[in-house]
Amino acid sequence: MTPHPYSFIVIFVGVALIFPIMPLILAWMWRRFFQPPKPGVQKNATYECGVESLGEAQIQFRSQYYLYAIIFLIFDVEAVFLVPFAVAFTGLPLGAFVAILIFLLLLVEGLIWAWGKGCLNWAR
Amino acid sequence: MSEIDEGLRSELQRQGIWVTSMQELYNWGRKNSIWPLQFGLACCAIEMIATAASRYDIARFGGEVFRPSPRQADLMIVAGTVTKKMAPQIVRLYNQMPDPKYVISMGACAISGGPFKQGYNVLKGIDRYIPVDVYIPGCPPRPEALLHAFMELQRKIDEQKLTGASKAEHLDPDRPSEFPVPAFGTHDLEPPANADVFRPPKMERA
Repeated sequence: MTPHPYSFIVIFVGVALIFPIMPLILAWMWRRFFQPPKPGVQKNATYECGVESLGEAQIQFRSQYYLYAIIFLIFDVEAVFLVPFAVAFTGLPLGAFVAILIFLLLLVEGLIWAWGKGCLNWAR
Repeated sequence: MSEIDEGLRSELQRQGIWVTSMQELYNWGRKNSIWPLQFGLACCAIEMIATAASRYDIARFGGEVFRPSPRQADLMIVAGTVTKKMAPQIVRLYNQMPDPKYVISMGACAISGGPFKQGYNVLKGIDRYIPVDVYIPGCPPRPEALLHAFMELQRKIDEQKLTGASKAEHLDPDRPSEFPVPAFGTHDLEPPANADVFRPPKMERA
């Protein structure tokens, strides 16, 4: 009987499971039989840069900055498109010129929308 | 555990059979993969960086994996002047390292305060708070000196017993893994030294 042509996948999965699990089991057995457990307050502490943690981790940040970040991102990408447009400006066919104008108009429209929405005012 | 007759072992080795014990295998693995904690305090740290870089190449001894977290580190290289402001953090980092853990006190400052010993803010040796395995004199010690200390530490690890009465200290369940962190007092750190760790030699004056 010939083995199934895909049987190597089963073997591969088996090896892939045994290979990482075996060292973990060995390490666990080593710890179980040789290493005395020595937990401690500082050893189990969450923070690990030597300084004691101060205050709460669940503090709130204002999300105002997020809108600025999004708008900045969009216009940053626009600038990337504008630079080659400016370089090739004199040699552009009419179609390309109109295309980039539409692109600019779309972004300007977005800016006006964001402005009208009050996104550019730093809300306190 | 390592009760193999040396003559028999060398005879077997000549025949192409390598006999070892669990302890030797374990120590061989440990001593060749010492992961130091990545932190430097002063100019000795520059020498430590040079030791890790390609010219001196601590990777030849298996110590190139400087870990930024004490959870993954085996060795703390106290490289530089320990100020009293910094001492609690160092002790806390040492406490957070998993056993077995080792300390190399690198340079005159880490040993005794060095040239800044008279300074009001300088700790007179990190061995006041944590047990040190290898001391390196020098100001700063050259990378070769750090490599030598590293090899000495490897020798020490190699000689540690897993079982028996003289087994390694970290295997003793009663030996503490954490040491008290000094606090900032009015004039000095409180306490100025941990008496369980710091045993300076008695000065004999004629």
